[in-house]
Amino acid sequence: MAKKQPANPIANSAGNGLLDRRLFLTGGLASLGIALSPVVNASESTINRARKPWMQSPGRALGDYGQPSQHEAAVVREGRTSQVGTLGSGASRTPLQDLQGTITPSGLHFERHHSGIPDIHPEQLQLSVQGLVKQPLKFSLNDLARYPLTTKTYFLECSGNSAVNLGPNPALLTCGGIHGLVSASEWTGVPVSYLLDEAGIDSKAKWVVAEGADAARMNRSIPLDKMLDDALLALYQNGERLRPEQGYPVRLLLPGYEGNTSVKWLHRLEVSAQPAMSRQETSKYTDLNLDGRAEMFTFEMGVKSAITSPSGNQQLTGKGYYEISGLAWSGYGPVRKVDVSADGGKTWAAAQLEEPILDKSLTRFRIPWHWDGTPCTLLSRAADAQNHQPTRAQYTKAKGTSGFYHYNAMQAWRIEADGGIHNVYV
Amino acid sequence: MFTSRGLVATAFALVSLNAVSDPKGVETPRLGQQLEPQEVHSITVWPDGKGLPPGSGNAVTGQKVYAQQCQACHGLSGKDGINDTLVGGQVAPTSLPKLRTVGSYWPYATSLFDYVRRAMPYRTPGSLSDDEVYAVVAYLLFKNGVIEEDLTLNAAQLSKVNLPNRQRFYSEYELP
Ligand code: HEC
Repeated sequence: MAKKQPANPIANSAGNGLLDRRLFLTGGLASLGIALSPVVNASESTINRARKPWMQSPGRALGDYGQPSQHEAAVVREGRTSQVGTLGSGASRTPLQDLQGTITPSGLHFERHHSGIPDIHPEQLQLSVQGLVKQPLKFSLNDLARYPLTTKTYFLECSGNSAVNLGPNPALLTCGGIHGLVSASEWTGVPVSYLLDEAGIDSKAKWVVAEGADAARMNRSIPLDKMLDDALLALYQNGERLRPEQGYPVRLLLPGYEGNTSVKWLHRLEVSAQPAMSRQETSKYTDLNLDGRAEMFTFEMGVKSAITSPSGNQQLTGKGYYEISGLAWSGYGPVRKVDVSADGGKTWAAAQLEEPILDKSLTRFRIPWHWDGTPCTLLSRAADAQNHQPTRAQYTKAKGTSGFYHYNAMQAWRIEADGGIHNVYV
Repeated sequence: MFTSRGLVATAFALVSLNAVSDPKGVETPRLGQQLEPQEVHSITVWPDGKGLPPGSGNAVTGQKVYAQQCQACHGLSGKDGINDTLVGGQVAPTSLPKLRTVGSYWPYATSLFDYVRRAMPYRTPGSLSDDEVYAVVAYLLFKNGVIEEDLTLNAAQLSKVNLPNRQRFYSEYELP
């Protein structure tokens, strides 16, 4: 039976086939002649008694620690690089294009280490609070776990994330290859303020130097105010104890701050009147500007978004309906809005933000799209309460291309006529 | 009255909920034990030189330390290694320092002592004596044209070394 054209077809919400983000809710897809799921004929399926191989005998045994399906073996961290001659001094990235929702599976959380992953026995690690305090203290891991715990979902982002897009030519990488130094987890731990209050902060104190127990003894100076505000000593990630590569048995977690400051394998908090000016806050993680001056202690990660699907190196299988979906986040607070363009930035439509929209967390956005099969360019732009994600041209005009850290400009994906997708600068 | 008692009970429940969600109001078990002075073990070297240990060394002895302990990864000249470039680059007042080294980019010499003692040599961090660290730091500063070859660095001398790019760093936080 031929369907009658609806009297009132749903209007496009922006150029090049972007549909209204409320399309799902209104049942409008059917009116566009888009089949949502195949209709199963009940009588046929009862007659057909053929069993697939996995239905002919009991499946495998129960297990101790679950693993992803063997058919998902290709979903692994990507872009793994380490300094020449080393195995653990580098980074690996979250395959953002293969994931949905907002929580990163712990085993796919990005990594950035400066001297490998130490293997630390929890009974042998002691966390000390020292320096400008009334009473220097030490805590065993068992002691820490007895404090009132707090659970919060936060993103972590390396401040060098996305910097490959500062290069002269767009790198032909996946979304994870470009932006995969961001991940999000549910973290459970003890607010740092509890331990600082217990030790008693001297009135001259302004900073806290956090030091890790890795071979590099990686250290960063953190403003005391941040430590007292929302800093967490994380013991659990997504419900289980931290993974070794995320700082087992305890890491610092600084919501919204560049990832390097959330020191892993934490064993020391040194309260001080001045910053230490460690290598990681001078030689590295400083923002070189166009005029040759460099800014220190630029902690908050700027507002950013990227379309994870469809995205770089994926393939569209023909014209028609697709859901555009991606992630947005800001180190300054909750994401307020994400717009998507399918015509290279000429027109924009508001994407749907999936609840809950959490402070300093990843927010999933979605918008339905009808691809007409012609080449086009997809973009997303996010905003928080105060800040708007810049275009690449705006970013490089203001900051140049040598800064490396805190690059947060819009990502553009070019869709070719054959459905191929690649990174592009607009 | 039944209704007003109901209201009072609700109000109490709200008050106690607020107290729990306020970190300052949380009862903590206060399990920290006193850290004894001999357990402090800080190796932080501060930009004013505080934390620098006794000991000394100069570029002449530092060249030997470098050849044995660093050269394999950082190169004969400090410019041609497989890992980070330690020597060279230009502090240019108007254009970007492209190559960022101790000489052309780092703002504080104290950070170099701190980092080498903390993290280098990469495979055996902590294996150098404080004299050897002073010496190899002196060598790297000499190769970068910051100090003379025969200057013996100790805590007092190193605190006085000014790196050429220092003035080009700024921050919204107060810098020492
Ligand atoms: C086995 C190789 C290896 C050896 C030997 C080695 N290094 Fe390194 N060095 C590295 C690596 C790798 C890094 C970068 C570490 C990172 O990514 O955090 C580095 C970084 C550095 C840096 C920081 C450079 C910058 O501009 O930020 C300095 C300074 C340094 N090394 C000095 C030394 C000195 C001095 C020695 C000898 C005492 C030494 N290194 C021995 C591998 C080595």
